[in-house]
Order: sequence, then structure tokens, then C-alpha cells
Amino acid sequence: MKIVYTDVLVIGGGLAGLRVAIGAKRRGHDVVILSLVPAKRSHSKAAQGGMQASLGNVIKGQGDNEDVHFEDTVRGSDWGADQEVVRMFVNTAPKAVRELAAWGVPWSRVRPGDREVIINGQKVTITEREEAAGLIAQRDFGGTKKWRTCYVSDGTGHAMITAVGDQAIADRIPVHERTEAIALIHDAGRCYGAIVRDLVTGELRAYVAKATAICSGGAGRLYRVTTNAVICEGIPTAIALETGIAALGNMEAIQFHPTGIFPAGILVTEGCRGDGGLLKDADGHRFMPDYEPEKKELASRDVVSRRMEEHIAKGKGVKSRFGEHLWLDITLLGEKHIRNNLREVYEICHYFLGVDPVREWIPVRPAQHYTMGGVRTDHTGESPTLKGLFAAGEAACWDMHGFNRLGGNSVAETVVAGMIVGEFIADFCDRAENAVNIPTRLVQEILAAEQAKLDALVGGRGTEDAAALKVRMQEIMTAKVGIFRDGPVLEQAVAELEQLLVRSRNIGLRCKGGGANPELATAYRVQKMLKLALCVAYGAYTRTESRGAHFRQDFPRRNDAEWLRRTLATWKSGSDTLPTLAYEPLDVARMELPPGWRGYGAKDYIDHPATAARAAEVEAVRRRMAGADRFAVQQALMPFAHLLPARLRGRNERIDERF
Amino acid sequence: MANGTHRKLRLHVMRYNPRVPGDAPRLQTYELEEADGMTLFIALTEIREKQDPSLQFDFVCRAGICGSCAMVIDGRPGLACRTLTKNLGEEITLAPLPFFELIGDLSVNTGKWMRAMSERLEAWVHMRAGELDLTRIEERMDPALAERIYELDRCIECGCCVAACGTARMREDFVGAVGLNKIARFRLDPRDARTDADYYEVVGDDAGVFGCMSLLACHDVCPKNLPLATQIAFVRRKMAREGLG
Ligand SMILES: Cc1cc2nc3c(=O)[nH]c(=O)nc-3n(C[C@H](O)[C@H](O)[C@H](O)COP(=O)(O)OP(=O)(O)OC[C@H]3O[C@@H](n4cnc5c(N)ncnc54)[C@H](O)[C@@H]3O)c2cc1C
Repeated sequence: MKIVYTDVLVIGGGLAGLRVAIGAKRRGHDVVILSLVPAKRSHSKAAQGGMQASLGNVIKGQGDNEDVHFEDTVRGSDWGADQEVVRMFVNTAPKAVRELAAWGVPWSRVRPGDREVIINGQKVTITEREEAAGLIAQRDFGGTKKWRTCYVSDGTGHAMITAVGDQAIADRIPVHERTEAIALIHDAGRCYGAIVRDLVTGELRAYVAKATAICSGGAGRLYRVTTNAVICEGIPTAIALETGIAALGNMEAIQFHPTGIFPAGILVTEGCRGDGGLLKDADGHRFMPDYEPEKKELASRDVVSRRMEEHIAKGKGVKSRFGEHLWLDITLLGEKHIRNNLREVYEICHYFLGVDPVREWIPVRPAQHYTMGGVRTDHTGESPTLKGLFAAGEAACWDMHGFNRLGGNSVAETVVAGMIVGEFIADFCDRAENAVNIPTRLVQEILAAEQAKLDALVGGRGTEDAAALKVRMQEIMTAKVGIFRDGPVLEQAVAELEQLLVRSRNIGLRCKGGGANPELATAYRVQKMLKLALCVAYGAYTRTESRGAHFRQDFPRRNDAEWLRRTLATWKSGSDTLPTLAYEPLDVARMELPPGWRGYGAKDYIDHPATAARAAEVEAVRRRMAGADRFAVQQALMPFAHLLPARLRGRNERIDERF
Repeated sequence: MANGTHRKLRLHVMRYNPRVPGDAPRLQTYELEEADGMTLFIALTEIREKQDPSLQFDFVCRAGICGSCAMVIDGRPGLACRTLTKNLGEEITLAPLPFFELIGDLSVNTGKWMRAMSERLEAWVHMRAGELDLTRIEERMDPALAERIYELDRCIECGCCVAACGTARMREDFVGAVGLNKIARFRLDPRDARTDADYYEVVGDDAGVFGCMSLLACHDVCPKNLPLATQIAFVRRKMAREGLG
């Protein structure tokens, strides 16, 4: 049996995993990264549109700062986010962009002088300032008051992961490619690493570490129609669940992106609408202003996706042999803009649709896009229940997105969380009491148990087909746990998924060979994915309100009185067919921004009993401190700087805000 | 769906698993019905789900962005995920990229090769000494220069250029167009402190820029249309001058 020892085991080589690893390594700890694929091919690569950070360089971003970014993010989350974590995030995002700039990301830069842009369907000339010349540019994205999204043409994720991946190579951080974590090693409430399958040889190995970080991205492949890569199956999230100790937060919070190309589901970026693209229906009518007169196409994603489906339900969809869709019209942006700033979009339309977006409209329909939930952590990124287990990036519920994340806030989260959590992991490893003291015998037993499970799958007499179970699960999730949710339908979905889970315990393989055996991989993965699917469906069924991306037709209002709470799912026993749900209340009395209207979407919600008092308190502080600087006011409302690692506490300089 | 109007495709796939004792390379034929908008990603996934669960291949983003699925399609290296079957004949031949270590069937270890190449060329921005103050306004950069750097930064390390390269066929240690393009990219970047003398150290020989025979198949097959021909010629001129100096 092979055991690999390291200080820090990072599961995932996407942006989050790479940045966590660099942080821990630069503090002197040994790190090993595991990844299903070469790190730079992680799904972070596919991010197109950009990364939010309140630099305020472009004229339409002037006046932007952490406070504005904070409010946009909390409103976007429909008050589901942890506001202290949001504060940590918005304060670090400008530093993250600037670090990436130094590491070589070729951010698009500001050209001073006049330029023509499309705003609300109209050509408008804006004038960039001379002082901003050559600084990092921002574009408009949904749900934001200012232009805040920094970008590299429309290959932002590609450029980011190239630069961060290069730095990891410079730091000599080993990436064990084509490996898959299939179980966590834990004992007495402490995590010690993972059991890992080599996807080339099929061999199992144990990786023993002081700290284990799950940075494995989202679980979009629970759904049939998704923008996510085929490797986004959430297996590490599931193995955290399978410990029975670590909890998953808010798994029912799933985001649907308005513009997946139809029917393949491949994403065209929100930058299309940010840069002025319009949504149109079967009659060629621009319908979003009818529903959302203020933000129109640029309301938050949950709202735009729902409005699109609502419009299709009214009979306004374009009929095609694969079903109905709507149009995204970017022709008004002009050839030069599309070919330079929306180049991936151009390529995707060309290769996958045979459509020239310079001249033709793009068929689109909402598709699963983002997993807001994940491994629940505290502000340091550590599981509050399983010591030594950390999580960062899309796999984590840290929780800065609540029930809806804003476009551009996710790649920002990966590097920001990487910077912050990487430091806390280093602190953890520095402490003598966190030395690894798990007996080798126990590691051997855990590995043997995992091997026995795989052997049983290969050698057993099961009759169920793994690929078919997976497709059925995906169909149920897309059809019944999608954008519009309804009690009786969810109840059915839960029952059907439970049956699938039971059946998945009786999978038989056609391919009995050792080695890579992709069928075996499908088999053990679908068993785990079904547990995640049940966390999503059961969590959605139980949450009898609508919040952010979670919309219940039978409970259309946000209900702060009962549901200003985070769902925590655990899986108590291997024989269970449902997760055990518990709820963690959000404390209104400590919120800097008490719950209210988001500024778009539905206006009626049921208040929390403590909201009025807190709102009055916040008002009073603001009045009392009128004229004080914004940092002092913020500090009086909800201090957060002490939560950050010391080296990340500094204020961020801007052209309009020098220190 | 209007059945019958769709073509029957025959995919001839090179099968070989070097880890299975006694296994030998062979072409295996799979038949399937074409569907509208079918890509090789859709076709191969369907074959694995319905016909042969043992077939090995690599797809990740399935959107032409990540570079995982490069293979030889009817004799030419390309990205399988964005190859529409309607642009191919009814008989389609698929083989793994040559040159790279074969994992099995259509799956090759480009990742391992790319990492080794990056380490050898030190393919990262070598920052100038001194602590970076992240609270300060970033350094300025000419917008046109940023765009030129991005133009070269668009490489997805898919391996097509190396698979098509005449030199690589003869020299295992050749860094390929992918490596030379990286040198061009870092040379252009003012944030990288290296000089031409430093670059000469890593590519100033026959395993580097002087190994290129200017056949330029790399340029023709690059799925991202990187300007490889001009970049390689440019690096060669600079390195030749450096070698003389
Ligand atoms: C098409 C698309 C476009 C997007 N555009 C934007 C955008 O413009 N702006 C924005 O902010 N966000 C965007 N997002 C979201 C954002 O890209 C992701 O949320 C983010 O990149 C996730 O990064 P990550 O590091 O958490 O995970 P990933 O980049 O997904 O990396 C996950 C890593 O985990 C590894 N892994 C998974 N399972 C295992 C296992 N069992 N064992 C070992 N390793 C494992 C994988 O190999 C991979 O290395 C987009 C998302 C999509 C799908």
C-alpha cells in the first residue's frame, strides 16, 4: 500500500486550489494538489466574462468602492450571504486583481478619451479619464451599481488560470494529475487526508496530511442541461458529506444562467448583456424592460432566468425541433467589438451553432450554471465540525453568495478565498498540536474498505446500469428541481431520487477490467452524486419560501421570519436514503445591511421580527456619524478587519481615493 | 425527431491500452446514427454510454476552451469537442495524438509533457525583486500591449502543434511551437524581468528555436489560430542575434 505524506493536501487544481496551494507553500509548508485533469484544464478555464473588484478605474465605475460592492453582493444573495465574509471578500478582491496583474494576467486596460458603448440599446459616447490611462478596465455585469468587472477580452478565466498555474509551477508545487479523491480519511472529528484513485492505473493510494482542502468546484453535472464541464460532478463535496460529520450548506441554492446556447447548454457570457446585448422573443420584441423596468437585461441572474422562462410559458418562445428558446441579440455591438471583446462567444457560435453573431441572433435558454452551496466552513475556510478539513472556491459554502451569486463574483471568490484560506491553513499547520498522529493501521483499514467497495462493484452480480442511472438523475433534476419549483413535484423528485439511490447500490458492470475502467468510475461517482442530488432536492422541498435562485411557485415570497437560515445537510449513515437537515440562523441584529428589497425582482417579502429594530439602529448610527469617513461608519456597523489575516487588512488605493 | 433522414456514421477508433499485457493497437469500428448538431464529443460519449463502457478519451469543457480533447481526426490533429460530424464523411477515423505518452485509446498524457516543458523553459513571469504592495494602484500598461500579450497568452496547451511537428518527430526534446510561443509571450511582457540572454539559455539550441525546420504545420493546425509562424520566426531572429552577440 502506498501512503503519500504532505503538510497540505489540496483536492482540486482550479483557481481556488492553485491559489490556496501557493499561499500555504509560500509560508513554508509542503503541498500536493490532486486533480482529475491537468490543472490548467480545470473548469475555471471556461470563465469568460470577468472578475469583480471595485477598482473604479473606468468612468462608469467612478465612485465604486468596497461599500458598493458589499451592498450589491448582499442584495444579490437575497440576504442569504454571511455579511462578515462578504466584507472580507470585497476588501480583498482589489488586492487579488492586482496580484494577478503582477503575475502576468493581461487585463484589458483603459484607453483615455471618447469611446462608443451600447447602454440600454442606445449608442452612447463616454469619455475615459486621462488619469486612468493604462489601468485595469471594468465592464458592466448584472446586479451591480457600478461597472466593476475586470476582464481579459472574454477569456478571463483562461488568462487567470494560466498565470496562477504558472506561479504554482514556479513554486514547484506538485500536481498529481489524473487522480481522484474518493473518500476522506478521518478519525475522532479530525480529517487526515484522502483515499485517492489513480485514473490511469486504477490503483488506490492514501494521502495523509495535516490539512485537507476541498477546492473541487461545482456539481453542475447533477443536471442534464448545464454550462459546466463534464468533470464538474462534485465528488469531493460528496465525500465530505459521506463523513457524516462535515455539513453541506444551502445545497438547494443552484443558479441558472440566462444564456446557455440552445440546446447544447454551452455558455455565452453575461458580458454579452453587460456590453449591451438584448434578449428578444419569438416576435423579435425586447421583453425584459416589460418585466424589469429598472435593471432590464441586467437584473441578477436568478431574476432574468425566471423572467425568460415566464415569457416562454406565455407562448413567446421560439419553437424549434429541440424545444423552445429565446434570442440573444448582440448584432448591435458591431463586428469589431464582437471579434475583439467577445471572441470566445464568436467562436462558440461559429463552431457549435453555425451562427455568425455579428449578423444573426443567438438561440439561448437558461441552463444550470453555479452551485452556491457546498462544504460549510467558517470564515477561515475550515469546517466547523470536522477539524482539519478546509474548503474554498465553488465547492465551499463560505458563504458569500447566499442564494444567488453575482456574475464575476465567482472567479473573484476563488482567488480571494485562496489568498485568505491559504493563510489560515498555513496558521493551522504551524500549530504544533495539529501534527498528524493517525496510526498507519487505521489508514490501511480505511484504504482497504474503499478497495473492497470498488472490488464489489467490479466483481459483484449487480444488474443496474450506472450510465443509465446517471442520465435519469440528471433528467429528474432538470425537469423537477429547476428554475421553477413546486412542492408536489419536488416531493416526487425526492422519492424518485431515493429509488435511484437504492438501485445504485446494485450496479453491475459490463467492463470487468482493471486499470482505468471508466465504467467503474461512473459507478462509484453516480452513487455519490445521487446523495448530492438528494441534498439539493430535499433541501428545496423543505425550504417553503422563495429566495434568490430558489423559487417555489407554492411559496413565492421570501420569508425572513421563518427562513433567514442556512440549510445544513449531513449524511448520518450509509444506509440512509435522505440527508439529515438542520438549520443555522443568520443573525439580523449583527447585519450591516438589514434585509430589504433587492432593487429588482419581487417587492413583497415577509420581514424577520428583528429587521425593523436593526434597520433603525443602522439608520441611527449613520445619522450620528454623518460626515465621518466611510471606514469609520462601516467599523461602527459591523467590524470585520480582525477576521482577515493581518497581511490582507490594508485599505485599497484608487485614483479617487488615495492614502 | 425525423429518423431515417440522418446518416449512419462509422467511427473507426484506434484502440490500445499499453497497460494491458498482450494488448495490441487495432482499429475498432462503432456505428451510430448522426443527430443534429452532433459533435465528436456527443458521438463518443454516446458510444461509451451505450456501446462500449471501456473506451478511453478526455473531454472537460466540451466548448473548445480547455484543450483536453485533441486527437487525430481523419489524419489531422484537432479538438474533438468542437468538430461537428456534419463536416466529416460517414467514415471517420480517430487516433490519439502521436508523440505524447499514450494512456489508452484516445487519451494521451499532454499534461505531463506540458508541465515538463514549462519547468524547462521557466514559463512564468519572473517578477522583479521586492515585495509587492497589493494596496497600491496597479502598474499601468499600454492597452494595445495588453491585447498583444493576450493574443499569445491564448494558447490552451492542447498539443496539436507538437503532434503535427516534423522536428518533434525526430527530436524528443524539442520544445515545440507551444514552448516557443510562450517565450515570445514572456519576452513581450514588461513585467517579466528576463533578458534575451536568459531566453537564449533555454531556447537557443536545436531543442529550442534552432530546431524548427519552418514546416509550420503547427501554424495550420492550431485550434486557437495563434500566429505561430511569425512568432517563431521572430524569436529565432532575436535568439540568432543574441547568439552572435
Ligand atoms: C462556462 C462558465 C463560465 C463562467 N464565467 C464566469 C465569469 O465570467 N466570472 C465568474 O466570476 N465566474 C464565472 N464562472 C464560474 C467560475 O468559473 C467557477 O465558479 C470557478 O472557476 C470555480 O473555480 P474552482 O477553483 O472552485 O473550481 P474548478 O475550476 O472547477 O476546479 C475544480 C478542480 O477540482 C478537481 N477535482 C474535482 N473533483 C476531484 C476529485 N474527486 N479528486 C481530485 N480532484 C478533483 C478538478 O480536476 C479541478 O482541478 C463561470 C462558470 C462557467 C461554467
